[in-house]
Amino acid sequence: MDDGRGRGGGSGGGGDGFITLDRVEKVFDVRRKAGFLKRERQRVRAVDSLSFTVARGEMVGYIGPNGAGKSTTIKMLTGILTPSGGRLRVAGIDPSRERTRLAHRIGVVFGQRTTLWWDLPLIDSYRLVHRMYRIPDARYRENLDRMVELLDLGDLLDVPVRQLSLGQRMRGDIAAALLHDPQVLYLDEPTIGLDVVSKTKVRAFLRELNAERATTVLLTTHDLQDIEQLCSRVMVIDHGRLMYDGPLAGLHEAGEGERTLVVDLERELPPIDAPAPARVVRVEGARQWLAFPASRSAAPIVARIAAEYPLVDLSVREPDIEAVIAKMYAGRAGRADRAAP
Amino acid sequence: MGSGRLYLAVAVGGFRRYATYRAATAAGVFTNTAFGLILVSTYLALWEARPGLGGYEQAQAVTYVWLGQALFAALAVQGGGFETELMERIRTGEVAIDLYRPADLQLWWLANDLGRSLFQLLGRGVVPFAFGVLVFPVALPRDALTWLAFLVAVVLATVVSFAIRYLVALSAFWLLDGTGVLQIMMVAGLFCSGMLLPLNVFPGTLGEVVRVLPWASLVQGPADVLLGEAGTLSTYLLQGGWAVALLAAGRLLQSAATRRVVVQGG
Repeated sequence: MDDGRGRGGGSGGGGDGFITLDRVEKVFDVRRKAGFLKRERQRVRAVDSLSFTVARGEMVGYIGPNGAGKSTTIKMLTGILTPSGGRLRVAGIDPSRERTRLAHRIGVVFGQRTTLWWDLPLIDSYRLVHRMYRIPDARYRENLDRMVELLDLGDLLDVPVRQLSLGQRMRGDIAAALLHDPQVLYLDEPTIGLDVVSKTKVRAFLRELNAERATTVLLTTHDLQDIEQLCSRVMVIDHGRLMYDGPLAGLHEAGEGERTLVVDLERELPPIDAPAPARVVRVEGARQWLAFPASRSAAPIVARIAAEYPLVDLSVREPDIEAVIAKMYAGRAGRADRAAP
Repeated sequence: MGSGRLYLAVAVGGFRRYATYRAATAAGVFTNTAFGLILVSTYLALWEARPGLGGYEQAQAVTYVWLGQALFAALAVQGGGFETELMERIRTGEVAIDLYRPADLQLWWLANDLGRSLFQLLGRGVVPFAFGVLVFPVALPRDALTWLAFLVAVVLATVVSFAIRYLVALSAFWLLDGTGVLQIMMVAGLFCSGMLLPLNVFPGTLGEVVRVLPWASLVQGPADVLLGEAGTLSTYLLQGGWAVALLAAGRLLQSAATRRVVVQGG
């Protein structure tokens, strides 16, 4: 999968795998109430025999429904959680054993949480990062200037974090995670709740970061567009297991994902005679819904309809990851393992 | 020293953070002055009826009141420092962010709390104290050394106060709701620190017990040093002893919590 952007194996990267998981497991003991004063112990396998490697400089989407084990994996990769079994290395370091040493090499952004100091101006949080990671002064200034420029933070540095909008705060958080030149960046839902403009800014920045510094990026998201625009490789996890590992297009095939074209016509008409493989799945007054495989372009279908029908408006809806994965999960039982590569 | 600069930055942040809320500070100053007035009238009546109660002259008792009001916020006698924030971070799982940073959790919050304490001593302590000194007959030492010794006692008191609240905050790793512990801490803080009534006045066994509890390091400790009622060294010993013991306990609890951490949520 590595397209050669990774510059060398990195120091102590352990072969070509910069992040290596070998049959990693995480089992939680959950205690449940089972009557008065009685507790039942239940073992929950959050991550089950998970193996993958990510090369230096790769940008990988890590997706799956809620509770699939994404965050648990990220927490193990940062060393916050200790795996119950298996072997795990990041930049040659065992995260849970050498959390502090690893901390200097990784950056983490949680979309729904902030590392910034809530009541104080943004710049104060950066000064703290400067000291915390012992970044040489010149390097700190250089990185900060760059972040300010790329993430458009100039006017925000003196604004208390609590007054920032979600998109501004997110950009602030990303900058904070990168000031110490981490080799790996974990992004947990970096575009959640952001408007289109902010999303575009964040994505453009990440693309540039990856291209320029060969920062390895592991991105969890529910937004397929994040993956589409950023990642050449995507891993799907569900029930703590790796369901798919390969390019995004392949995911749609594996999951038989379908996009939906919503068409508003001038008036109520019988179902559109759509060009294959598109087909009408629903009609409601002048509005019709057509489904077609996610791997196909919408353009020829739209062109045909526009030419033959009184088209007023239209929109395309992407399949959501949950639906794709649900299909994949259901289909997997009867099929051979199609996971690439 | 690299990490020294980090914790200094954290302390400065803690200071500036509280300095942000001017209205809250003004309200605090007003509250402490008002409470001081209420307590002072009670004390005046009490020492009128029982001169020399607890070994204090009336002027000393009055000084004690304003001292308590001046230190109330700085020492977080009833809480109101970092502990609710840390508990919330533990409850929501945000503590995960603190844990992957290359910084020590206890030192981080200690530095943060010392910064807060310094701000509150200046922002919320000085005005009520000055008011009390100007309006009421007080007994203050004249030599600078006693004042210096007093300041040292205040720093030690802040550390003890932090150590207590750190233990309380870490309990959130085991208890899903820390409200109960916080309330116990508030009551204990108010009663056992000498905030309401000097511990010297507490009778018999109760007094003997209360005077060696960690909370005695808070208001009573610095007051004793300033009023010259107890030996400076013995006060320092009590404070220092509790500071070391409680910080060590906090460290123990911290490593236990980190080991079994199942960061909630997320």
